[in-house]
Amino acid sequence: MSGLFRRLATRPGATVPFTIDGVQAEARVGDLLISAILLHRHALRRFEFGPGERAGYCLMGACQDCWVGLADGRRLRACTTLIESGMAVVTGGADA
Amino acid sequence: MPEPVVAIVGAGPAGLRAAQVLAEASLRPLLIDEGHRAGGQIYRRPPPGAERPAAALYGFEAGRARALHDLADALAPRIAYRPGTMVWGIAPREPAGFDLDCLGPEGHGRIPVDRLVLATGAMDRTLPVPGWTLPGVFTLGAAQIALKAQGVAIGRRVALVGAGPLLPLVAHQYAKAGATLAAVLDVTPLAAKIAAAPRLAAMPATLGKGLWYTLRGAVRGLPVRSGVRAVAVEGDRRVEALAWEDSRGRRHRVPCDAVGASFGLRSEAQAADLAGCRFVFEPVTRQWQPERSAEGRSSQPQVYLAGDGSGIGGADVAELQGERTALALLADLGRTRDAAREARLDRQLARQAGFRAALEAAYPYPHHIVKTIADDEIVCRCEGITAGALRRAATERDAREMNRLKALTRIGMGRCQGRVCGHAAAEILAQSLQVPVETVGRLRGQAPIKPIPLREPV
Ligand SMILES: Cc1cc2nc3c(=O)[nH]c(=O)nc-3n(C[C@H](O)[C@H](O)[C@H](O)COP(=O)(O)OP(=O)(O)OC[C@H]3O[C@@H](n4cnc5c(N)ncnc54)[C@H](O)[C@@H]3O)c2cc1C
Ligand code: FES
Repeated sequence: MSGLFRRLATRPGATVPFTIDGVQAEARVGDLLISAILLHRHALRRFEFGPGERAGYCLMGACQDCWVGLADGRRLRACTTLIESGMAVVTGGADA
Repeated sequence: MPEPVVAIVGAGPAGLRAAQVLAEASLRPLLIDEGHRAGGQIYRRPPPGAERPAAALYGFEAGRARALHDLADALAPRIAYRPGTMVWGIAPREPAGFDLDCLGPEGHGRIPVDRLVLATGAMDRTLPVPGWTLPGVFTLGAAQIALKAQGVAIGRRVALVGAGPLLPLVAHQYAKAGATLAAVLDVTPLAAKIAAAPRLAAMPATLGKGLWYTLRGAVRGLPVRSGVRAVAVEGDRRVEALAWEDSRGRRHRVPCDAVGASFGLRSEAQAADLAGCRFVFEPVTRQWQPERSAEGRSSQPQVYLAGDGSGIGGADVAELQGERTALALLADLGRTRDAAREARLDRQLARQAGFRAALEAAYPYPHHIVKTIADDEIVCRCEGITAGALRRAATERDAREMNRLKALTRIGMGRCQGRVCGHAAAEILAQSLQVPVETVGRLRGQAPIKPIPLREPV
């Protein structure tokens, strides 16, 4: 499955398994949660105040557009959080 | 007497230089930064695991980036460094000093400090354009961060739109990294750049490099279009194309799947607001900024300011100001002064101010974009508040000031606390009322200045 982001600099290093809406996916050590998701998907979440989906905006922790939920109940700002093995991202049906 | 506790908020070029001066004076400053690694915006270091060579990451600025990263490492034993820690509240303490409310790896904490150096940096200044809430639309800065911190492009075919030196810089960096660029559009006129060119020719400042790319005319065979009148992102559920109107009114459309667009920079000044600093309106870049003396003093006796957080000056200025303001702080503590060092910094800063004025003349604020914002356009990305709602509050409910507009419409009350929508909302309100933008004021900062997660990451 190809996503919005495109990896230009390939690097060595371990892969990190995680899931998006229950589907197995793979990231690399050092990937931010937002990259990990958007390398596979086109959006992070549904917009709560109207139609549409969101995929982040500033990537520097300022706009708060990139909050995503995990199956364990955590809510994380995806652009300032590093991917961890086993994270179970729940997009709420975005970009299915 | 015990040594005073000095906290620096922000570990970018400004905060790091301030920390250096205070460490030299054996003050052991507290350096607090939300980022996981020191360096700030321009010299952002990729997270562990995603490192790449400095030359690939920073280009022209590799030398300076390395110098600052080395400085951060060398300072470690002589400062109290708190990475990954956000200052979300600042409250004055009796009889003097402040309590800093922080959230870091160990959870919440309240830190009492005697003096504060605020070096909080800047973010992209944004304006609503049609389609800007579609997934795939990012700021220009975001496009750069994706590349620098992660080695990824924001899309497979990327269009870039801007009104400042960041545009040609990011375009150059994307082209060099092998990304596919669909268009590079500058909404400010080329004439302004040509007029400012002589004054900029001698400019050493880092941000000036962007101009050099523009005047060279092309980024790897792709022309930078100047004087673009309007842009609109098109697409159903995601970005599909960028439409634009050129300087002669002709319409164009290019397919793309991601857009990086922003219109200059805005100071991250909420911390200064909470610390009680007085703000002044800066007419050239049309934004409110905490008042700062040439030496870096704010209007509050125990608060010092440096870097882009109190006036956009770029990385080189941020370093100089960080050093200068720390010297002012030491002087206020009654330490022995180094008059020669102070005078040298003052001279360098005065020279940089001249370059900055030329840079701002080259990239005037794009008023024409504000004028074209349609009533149904979303201004507040957090909660979906439209330009029409703001205009109605102005004309039908007599909102004449930003905080009144906020109370009536919720603009600036969402998760970003007005960081993204604040400037555009002020311009829209001022236009509706037909008054100068400074008369509608600015959104007051409120704690928490950034959202605190209900369940903290463990
Ligand atoms: C996305 C982006 C890209 C840029 N690219 C360039 C470029 O290529 N060339 C150039 O010359 N200039 C660039 N700039 C301009 C840039 O702001 C300056 O060049 C330089 O980084 C300013 O240094 P500074 O120390 O003032 O702030 P910054 O480098 O921005 O550092 C501020 C630091 O403060 C921290 N901070 C802010 N608020 C808080 C808080 N409440 N709690 C804890 N920490 C906090 C931030 O995490 C950050 O690390 C860019 C700006 C942005 C926003
Ligand atoms: S994308 Fe703006 S806060 Fe994460």
